[in-house]
Amino acid sequence: MDDMKKRQVSFLGVKYIALVLLIIIIWETASITGVLPTYMLPAPHAILQLFIKKLSTGELLINVLVSIRRVFLGFLIASVIAIVFGILISVSANFEVVTSLLLQILKPIPPIAWIPIAIIWLGIGEQSKIFIIFIGAFFPILTNVIDGIVQIDKRYFEVSQTFEISRRKLITNVMIPAALPQVMTGLKIGLGNAWICVVAAEMIAATSGIGYMLMDGRSLSMPGQVILSMIMVGVIGKIMEDILRLIQNKLVKY
Amino acid sequence: MGNKIEIKNVNKNFFGGTEATEVLKDINLSIEEGEFICLLGHSGCGKSTLLRIIAGLERNYEGDVTIDEKKVEGPSLDKAVVFQDHRLFPWFTVEQNIAYGYAGNEEEKEERVKNLIKLVGLESFEKKYPNQLSGGMSQRVAIARALINQPSLLLLDEPFGALDALTRINMQKEILKIWKNQKNTMLMVTHDIDEAVALSSRIVILGQRGSGIKKIVNVELSYPRVRSSDDFTLIRNKVYKNFFDEENVALEYYL
Repeated sequence: MDDMKKRQVSFLGVKYIALVLLIIIIWETASITGVLPTYMLPAPHAILQLFIKKLSTGELLINVLVSIRRVFLGFLIASVIAIVFGILISVSANFEVVTSLLLQILKPIPPIAWIPIAIIWLGIGEQSKIFIIFIGAFFPILTNVIDGIVQIDKRYFEVSQTFEISRRKLITNVMIPAALPQVMTGLKIGLGNAWICVVAAEMIAATSGIGYMLMDGRSLSMPGQVILSMIMVGVIGKIMEDILRLIQNKLVKY
Repeated sequence: MGNKIEIKNVNKNFFGGTEATEVLKDINLSIEEGEFICLLGHSGCGKSTLLRIIAGLERNYEGDVTIDEKKVEGPSLDKAVVFQDHRLFPWFTVEQNIAYGYAGNEEEKEERVKNLIKLVGLESFEKKYPNQLSGGMSQRVAIARALINQPSLLLLDEPFGALDALTRINMQKEILKIWKNQKNTMLMVTHDIDEAVALSSRIVILGQRGSGIKKIVNVELSYPRVRSSDDFTLIRNKVYKNFFDEENVALEYYL
């Protein structure tokens, strides 16, 4: 890499973090000068101190890991079922007709609206959280799997026809790779939703998790803990999407 | 494995809305084994449709198409198709694309793919993906893919139509080399008169949409053909007149 390019890259890096850095500086200044009352919004350095403290006691890590575990389980179940259903719906006209009405009615119900019934049915333990996450992740994955398969270029099938390709080979060699980019998009949206849902579910009924930590901060009137939890939710959500994007780039080379 | 193609009284209509449009009318043609036939005509004259009927990709038509007295019921391994849009799979490398349709012995597959890559001159591009190839290279891969099962009939649907003029001439040389090497029957759809004269042993000229075969021109020139030769020009003019017979124009003005 020549100097010019190097400089461009580092300049891009500066641009990338500039806005966030600027907000922190203004926020910190406003706090120190007393423009922002700290009982409403503690200064960034105070939140950083709280972060280090919560990290050293292990409280933060445990809550984060509990939430991630729930998301992982709910997302995994949702992915498997949505992909199987998506394939069945796209290849079988009967299956599509039979499930269509039910799915259309269930889809507009927001995951949060499922929380009360989830608590009644499953209590406030792990199952109700995983259920809510499942609901949140299921529909975007399903929709994208179906779209991904339906939109496969028909000309690929014609080429396969001329070679008398078997159905099985057609699925593994053509349908899966052709639908993969769209399926990955569905998984990314699904995981994002799952993360949103776990926080929502934990805020309403939980005794652990990042959403619980957030709500706990409110009931104890500790805005620092609320802000810290919110930042953690944001940062972890971003990292999750990055990881899926990396997997997508590895998997989809075309 | 001889393969005489007989096309008898083929008619084909397209139905759009309430009206039926005649595309092919009373097509009768017989093609001997090892011939190089070009189907030449205006766009929309139905030449691609005729090719698709022979390929078994188009089923809804009147009349009979037989290969060795067996009715064409659908696509089969002994007739391969090269499409104008190369239709390579973007998720496969060059060699994976070529191997895709292979239906023979697993042990011979690698050798066969290697030979085809050599035949179309794509050594050192085996591991490339289609989006890393030029249009001409992509079409070479598509031709190699079509040849994987040693089809006795190769159907080419305007294979060089999307290529620039220089690449096209190169590809025409390649296809003649392949024909000589594989000794199969070739049926190519084109709207390029020069291409038809340069390649084929017979040119089948289709008239306007729905008017059937207008004329069949034998091209009795030896290969390799020299485009600037008098014989070549003579045949080109003969073909040319079939498209512009109403007008009495000086041909050289256009050529």
